[in-house]
Amino acid sequence: MFYREAGDFKTSYAEDNQTFPIKFDRFRYYAVLLVALGIIPFFINDYWANALLIPFLIYAIAAIGLNILTGYCGQVSLGTGGFMAVGAYASYKLMTAFPWMDMVSVTLLAGLITAMVGVAFGLPSLRIKGFYLAVATLAAQFFLVWMFNKVPWFYNYSASGQISAPERTMFGLAVTGPNADAWVRYLFCLFFVFVLAWLARNLTRGSIGRQWMAIRDMDIAAEIIGVNPLKAKLTAFAVSSFFVGIAGGLLFTVYLGAVEVGEAFGITKSFLVLFMIIIGGLGSLFGSFAGAAFMVLLPVVLRNFMTGTLGWESTIATHFEFVIVGGLIMFFLIVEPHGLARLWQLTKEKLRLWPFPH
Amino acid sequence: MKKLATFAAAGMMAASPALADLVIPDLHYRTGPYAAGGIPFSDGYQDYFNLLNARDGGIGGEEIRIIGCETAYNTERGVECYESTKGEGALVYQPLSTGITYQLIPRATADGIPLHTMGYGRTSAANGEVFSHVFNYPANYWDGASVIINQLLEENDGNLEGQTIALLYHNSAYGREPIRTLEILSEQHGFELTQLAVDHPGQEQGNQWLQIRRERPDYVIMWGWGVMNQVAVQEAANIRYPMENFIGNWWAGAEHDVIPAGAAANGYRALNMNRLGDMPVFDEIRELVHEAGNAAGDGSNIGTVLYTRGMYAAMLAAEAIRTAQEMHGVAAITPEMMRDGMEALSITNARMEELGMPGVGPEFNVTCADHGGTGMAIMQQWNADAQEWVTLTDFISPDDSVTQPLVLEDSAQFAEENGIELRCQDS
Repeated sequence: MFYREAGDFKTSYAEDNQTFPIKFDRFRYYAVLLVALGIIPFFINDYWANALLIPFLIYAIAAIGLNILTGYCGQVSLGTGGFMAVGAYASYKLMTAFPWMDMVSVTLLAGLITAMVGVAFGLPSLRIKGFYLAVATLAAQFFLVWMFNKVPWFYNYSASGQISAPERTMFGLAVTGPNADAWVRYLFCLFFVFVLAWLARNLTRGSIGRQWMAIRDMDIAAEIIGVNPLKAKLTAFAVSSFFVGIAGGLLFTVYLGAVEVGEAFGITKSFLVLFMIIIGGLGSLFGSFAGAAFMVLLPVVLRNFMTGTLGWESTIATHFEFVIVGGLIMFFLIVEPHGLARLWQLTKEKLRLWPFPH
Repeated sequence: MKKLATFAAAGMMAASPALADLVIPDLHYRTGPYAAGGIPFSDGYQDYFNLLNARDGGIGGEEIRIIGCETAYNTERGVECYESTKGEGALVYQPLSTGITYQLIPRATADGIPLHTMGYGRTSAANGEVFSHVFNYPANYWDGASVIINQLLEENDGNLEGQTIALLYHNSAYGREPIRTLEILSEQHGFELTQLAVDHPGQEQGNQWLQIRRERPDYVIMWGWGVMNQVAVQEAANIRYPMENFIGNWWAGAEHDVIPAGAAANGYRALNMNRLGDMPVFDEIRELVHEAGNAAGDGSNIGTVLYTRGMYAAMLAAEAIRTAQEMHGVAAITPEMMRDGMEALSITNARMEELGMPGVGPEFNVTCADHGGTGMAIMQQWNADAQEWVTLTDFISPDDSVTQPLVLEDSAQFAEENGIELRCQDS
């Protein structure tokens, strides 16, 4: 009844090509933005910021990044954790080498550095595919973590090998460090999520995105119709690593504040982000957000429910959390292998017919 | 998502009853690859507070409320635990993880909540002039490294010239801590230091032990935790490395580290910062806590190395609360008062005897500038036949002339990076 194309007339090409062609979708998008920008910053506290919203936003960026590479371009990567580490260490080196630099530049530069590293590790993708590429990116993961542990220059020769983010301000407000207010850090992350999601959306539906998808669907056919696989694959690696690098940088500077590479950016992180896009839905921006929400928020909510509402011991709750999250992952993969995004799409199709299905 | 948020809100509201009592959060880890060490420590920590509740009705008439939160030794979950518990009036945090400690140092300092990182965490936090809210008494890693070398010096008639020592360490902030001290000591005493890193979680040590087998260092020192310890002891047994020359630090010397290797682990040595033995306080815990059904775990860990250390940590916290109550004249103290209490803490042999744990640790006083205690530790050896740790030495002192300049240097760097003004300048 409300969710339909009928009656929503488009009079220009720009209108016809917009991201949300259905009015209801458009208003829902504005409503989400309004809540995220206009309401949450006034009510956010440290717990909500640190336990739920900031990790959700940061992992959403990482998931979008990996989704560009894996979901849109079809190149499986297990190196996400390593690329996030590049972003984090690049941020650290930039912050300590150029103390005057503002955090937006630091984060963007960290993303660019990660993009270059990503392209370098993406070169093998021109020759190898599928599982073999996954193994090559796995090598990147282990190599990068090993390197950040091994070369003391990366952690400024500190005794413990930890890197910790010094305090940096923007417009007189601390963004990093312990004195940063929850709402400042939240808005800082939200700004990056908004810009990057907008960028990703427009990249994936433009010519570059179509080239990626052509390569994903059948690389030989794509080559025959004139897609340059070198350019398509390497741009996918570059853009993906740029996103992942920014996520890694934010994870270190804004969220955690102190990081140890093996623990924060180990292989488990690569799997976590990969699970996010598989559960959320490959090749879908909404899927990246849904997957990040599922993997970040669900464990916290479950834990609060079990220890708080049911009053269980936190150990039992943790064990149950493994069981429930694991079970839900299997459930989703069996019932809806295309992820949460597909469920959302089915809902929308049903909504179009509601309340008079044929 | 909105539904999830409502759930979370409901969960959180239910989780926070009225503010009262002395709130002690216990960021424990009873799951994951480090649970073997996390469980007994947490059991001891909680049992002692439960004992105070059952026997004395808390401290100074104020009940203690323990809030458990599972971190699984993971820093992100540690941060979440910290954020979810700090609002309840948490008095002191004891995360038992160097990684989580590094996260919490700036946060807790900004929030005004003290952090007690007993024998772990950031070593240079011993300098109270820089770290106002962090305490790592009674000992820290650099003390530990120095104590081991001092003991080896004594065994070798004061000369380690030309000897080779391998450091087998957990490749994390925790494991890397002693390297700088050992490097300086190696220059000073002329021994050769080999560094062998073991990656998290520590099950794969084949290469490292192959190298040890090839090079046959005179001593192997281990900075390990969790499954890494058991694997290392087993690997040492496999290559028939002389066990008495294999020395762990105080986090690599508990029963569960050596029992899996069976008789082959006989003779393995480790440091300990607390004495063991059958103390009167254990009987009280058995009677008043375990028999009343309030045991933190299954009650089987009582008297083990890490249980005793957890209980010792709880005792130090309780004594600091008592000191704070006396200083400020109120029973329901705030985290800021707790900090004052920790800074004025004084542990004497008479007091430890009175508490039913005679000689559990060394005597020490905390001052404004010195948050690190004496740094003394004992050496113990595993007796596989009797299945018990045998204490070999009395408390051994570290070489402060080596560790103190390092502490000052590292903390000065931290103060400069973070723009911290030095405290305690008037005394």
